[in-house]
Amino acid sequence: MRSLKLRLFAALLLATSFVWLAAVAWIYVSSRRELEHVLDTRLQEAARMVASLASGLDRTAAAGSEGTLPPLGSYERQLSCQIWSLDGRMIARSSGAPAAQLSQDAPGFSDRQIDGERWRVFTVEDGSRGVRVMVGDRVGLRERLVSDLIKGLMWPALLIAPLLGGAIWACLGQGLRPLRRMARDLASRNAEDMSPVSLARAPAEVRPLADALNTLFRRVEAARRHEREVTAFAAHELRTPLSGLKTQAQVALATEDPQVVRGALQQIVAAVDRTARLVRQLLTIARLDADPEQAPRTPVAVGPLLAEIVADIPKSDHVRVTIEPSARDLVLDTNAECLQLALRNLHENAAQHTIGGNIVWRATADGLLVEDEGRGIPPDEIDKVGTRFFRGRHRSHAGSGLGLAIVKIALSKVGAQLLIGNRLDRTGVRSYVMFRK
Amino acid sequence: MRILVVEDDPILADGLRAGLALKGSATDVVATCEDAEAALSTTRYAAVVLDIMLPDGSGVDLLRRLRRKRDTTPVLLLTARDAIEDKVGGLDAGADDYLAKPFDLDELAARLRAITRRESGRAESQFEHGNITLHPVDLSVTVEGHAVTLSRREFALLSALMERPSQVRSRAELEDVLYGWQEEVESNALEVHIHHLRNKIGRDAIETLRGLGYRMRAVR
Repeated sequence: MRSLKLRLFAALLLATSFVWLAAVAWIYVSSRRELEHVLDTRLQEAARMVASLASGLDRTAAAGSEGTLPPLGSYERQLSCQIWSLDGRMIARSSGAPAAQLSQDAPGFSDRQIDGERWRVFTVEDGSRGVRVMVGDRVGLRERLVSDLIKGLMWPALLIAPLLGGAIWACLGQGLRPLRRMARDLASRNAEDMSPVSLARAPAEVRPLADALNTLFRRVEAARRHEREVTAFAAHELRTPLSGLKTQAQVALATEDPQVVRGALQQIVAAVDRTARLVRQLLTIARLDADPEQAPRTPVAVGPLLAEIVADIPKSDHVRVTIEPSARDLVLDTNAECLQLALRNLHENAAQHTIGGNIVWRATADGLLVEDEGRGIPPDEIDKVGTRFFRGRHRSHAGSGLGLAIVKIALSKVGAQLLIGNRLDRTGVRSYVMFRK
Repeated sequence: MRILVVEDDPILADGLRAGLALKGSATDVVATCEDAEAALSTTRYAAVVLDIMLPDGSGVDLLRRLRRKRDTTPVLLLTARDAIEDKVGGLDAGADDYLAKPFDLDELAARLRAITRRESGRAESQFEHGNITLHPVDLSVTVEGHAVTLSRREFALLSALMERPSQVRSRAELEDVLYGWQEEVESNALEVHIHHLRNKIGRDAIETLRGLGYRMRAVR
């Protein structure tokens, strides 16, 4: 059953009915026992009473002189009485009492079948008076008494049952109102609304749900904010170079001055180069993103790879690049292309930010690191470094904000990790590529 | 018209400097919020072209700080985003106008003219004084209906004087209008420009107030 309310309703109704039926059974059994006891006692008393009266009876009187008892409503003629002489003649019987002897047993209680009817009989013998008094009850009547009693209890209960069901249903509705209210609140929200669900009015049972929802809202909101930020960075990084291109082109078109035209055209060439690099990096990211699989690994000699990268990337004349022997001799079980992408972008970063000084590549027990002597990363920006299109305060003009993002993705494909931070010994950045063992 | 461009992309900034010069404005370029605030506190600009995303913060925040200091310099925001909320946010922060990148240089110049015109409380786009009419749109000047050819500097000088014709403009003020920071100013350059201007629009059009500066001669 899908509905909580229906489920609770059915459970409550079943439980109530069960308890109620059990109570009826209990009442049936115990009233029946009680009734038997009372009726037996009555039989006994009646028999004794008749026996004590029987002293004045004519012991020779024939059948037919029996006295009549007044009617007893629906339980009319419940009791029947016979008086027998000890030698086996019927002295008297009550009206409606069977002609056959009610009991042939010894004095006391006995059950007997007479004319297809069951009787409960109590017999008293009075030796001094020479009579045997038998008082009997029809067992069928007794049963009817019990069943009438139970029916008397059942009918009102059956009438009350629908009322009880209605009451349970209403109580459930009332009890589930906080849930419905929360559902209504959530349903009426617009898609942008990520404000937390109010916990103030939530009952204890609903609170874990509300808490979980609020946690989810916070996560979605954070993800959305991150996405918005990335979109904003991307828009800026893509549209600004276009803007520069257009403005320079319009300047070239608008002026007659050959020097201004030349200057503008040179700027256009530079802008196209930069945009081309941006496009290349975007395509690299798209390619890395498209394939979520881990890259296949082979042993890769880091030394020659680094040497090639260092030779390839332009740097200012005051920068000295050192590849320490530990890095030169390092052989890693990794993917050559991913490693090349990561190391190339890291080296490019270091070269762009170091105007004068050393760039050092070194291997450690579980990774490879590069240290530059640039200005470092402002502490509040460390967390954002590597976000796509994010360019910090210490940006270089050539950057696009994609380099470290590429490093991160490329490394993740070979099960490695980038740890980037400021150097402790001096200003500069320390980029640490950690390979998992 | 002297304009401050706050833009960190070197190629776009260079393009704006060259482009606005062609439109008759002297332009200073800075790349950060910090430099922009320093420039604005020392120099009076006719307008500011402000990029929203700067290396050391948001252009919108800079704009808010500026307006809090009761600086009413007209500001045109350059945004890379064209979502409505970005535009609304920028305008509410105190921008006079915005343009989404990539923009058209002519449109930028026209919008700058419009916001400076509003700032000086004029509705018409041209200046008139006596028989001289100046059209900032196409950088043209007519005297008694005849077109006069002026150099870029001469035009800038005449528009500075004609903006508030009754007011005396000091020598330093006029030099500020004509030259950006990067430009070397020769000591007698202003006099030379005034001389050429008088030759073209009439000897009596501009009067010299010794030790104070220059202004347009009152029209009888």
